[in-house]
Amino acid sequence: MSILKLSNVTKSFGPTEVLCGVDLDVSEGEMICLIGASGSGKSTLLRTINLLEPIDEGAIWFDGQDISLPDVAPQPIRRKIGLVFQSFNLFPHMTALENVLLAPSRVFRKSKKDLLPEVTQLFEGFNLKDRMHAYPDQLSGGQQQRVAIVRALAMRPSIMLFDEVTSALDPELVSEVLDVLLKLKAQKMTMILATHEMGFAREAADRVCVLDSGKIIEDGPPEQIFTAPKTERTRAFLASVL
Amino acid sequence: MAAGNHRRSADQITTLPMKHASAGLTARQIHEQKARRKSVAVATISTAIVVTLIMVIVPLSPGWDRVRASFFNWEILVKTFPSLLAAFRWDVAIFLWCTPIIAIIGLLIALCRDARAPALFPLRIFGVLYTDIFRGVPVILIVFLIGFGVPGLGLQRPWNSPYIWGSLALILTYSAYVAEIFRTGIESVHESQRAAAKSLGLSHTDIMRYVVLPQAIRRVVPANMNMLVALQKDVALLSFIGPVELLRQAGVHKSLLANFTPYVGAAIIFLAVTIPVTRFADYLIAKQNKARS
Repeated sequence: MSILKLSNVTKSFGPTEVLCGVDLDVSEGEMICLIGASGSGKSTLLRTINLLEPIDEGAIWFDGQDISLPDVAPQPIRRKIGLVFQSFNLFPHMTALENVLLAPSRVFRKSKKDLLPEVTQLFEGFNLKDRMHAYPDQLSGGQQQRVAIVRALAMRPSIMLFDEVTSALDPELVSEVLDVLLKLKAQKMTMILATHEMGFAREAADRVCVLDSGKIIEDGPPEQIFTAPKTERTRAFLASVL
Repeated sequence: MAAGNHRRSADQITTLPMKHASAGLTARQIHEQKARRKSVAVATISTAIVVTLIMVIVPLSPGWDRVRASFFNWEILVKTFPSLLAAFRWDVAIFLWCTPIIAIIGLLIALCRDARAPALFPLRIFGVLYTDIFRGVPVILIVFLIGFGVPGLGLQRPWNSPYIWGSLALILTYSAYVAEIFRTGIESVHESQRAAAKSLGLSHTDIMRYVVLPQAIRRVVPANMNMLVALQKDVALLSFIGPVELLRQAGVHKSLLANFTPYVGAAIIFLAVTIPVTRFADYLIAKQNKARS
């Protein structure tokens, strides 16, 4: 069943057209990897879905509602769409636990005490329980990124967006974050990942979309994209990164 | 060509891992140790020379005896100091009730200037006007205008007190400066922090209150400490409109005794408070710079 549907999504920053008519249909429980060169529009696409960037044209259907309409209040939508950033963006003045508790306690008006068991369980699930009371600058990059994922998950989103979440990490820390993604996949979380981890995309994705100059030029199962790409652009891109 | 050769040979000399047999130090460490001793010695000698010159030359000037008698009279200092200290309590009191109000108004004005919604545009304009006006006029002028002007409306006691309206003048002026400090703090919080907070579904108010402000306020603590030092001194400006605080009290003594020593006493009292606070502010700035690098 489709949970998210983008049709003809177009977005410009001034004279630069970043997204030129993107169509994408995401089914519940699906894991989609967005690949493409830097500047192809991957990040912007994820940010438009989370309503951080308003779109110029097209529509974004989420749970049967066009959330791109200007009169839609963004906050209730963002709660259901988790977004994890390349640079973690944890709040540096709060402990890991406070980072995670802030949004649910404010948005759902629940006391932190009531939320604690649920949140502790999340920390436990991602092997972070002993780091719960550490501040971001006391955590490794991989730990920070996992806390950022827990922070998004604590809102119980129905879809998670990951914006190159391993790109800012030291190589030896990448796998701990990728393991978390696999775990979420096993839990049937719907996910869209912008990524440069081609190996991971090929192994784990249900579908791979190739973005080039603001357009999805190819969309299919990973095996097909990586072994028999249909377009010359995809072939050239894969040759440059593999 | 020659310069290049010269540099290369100098580099070679300093980077050679030569060991000094006796101290177990490398040639570079010995060189640095010598340089350090030398700079300490130079600083000491030059300070000594300057101090000696001042102590020798100033008393040689023709008016020195008169100046010493009217500015540095020990007996008068001892006699007036207790009452100066007592008057200083007013400075402290005025400072203490102004500071929290300045912090609150400064923060509110900063928030006005940060208002992004089009509907709040008037607030922005108000914030800009407020900071422009009160930073653009000399403090003493605001003190005169408000301190004399408002009670002139025919207010009854205690509402015509210069303590109230003088304080208001300081509050208006200083909150404009503090607002600008808070605003730079707010702007220094990276946009990605707001984006992260937004993506979680937090409201604008919550983002400001829980994510942006706590970081912004921490960053501008040193700058605000400097404002505290300035405010502590500027309280003395209220002496012109009535309150018998330290400067005014010193002026009274000066007139009665026909001697300026009470002013020196007042300066000593101000310094006793402002120097520690300034040092503390510098310490905080240094600490922050260190944490950032």
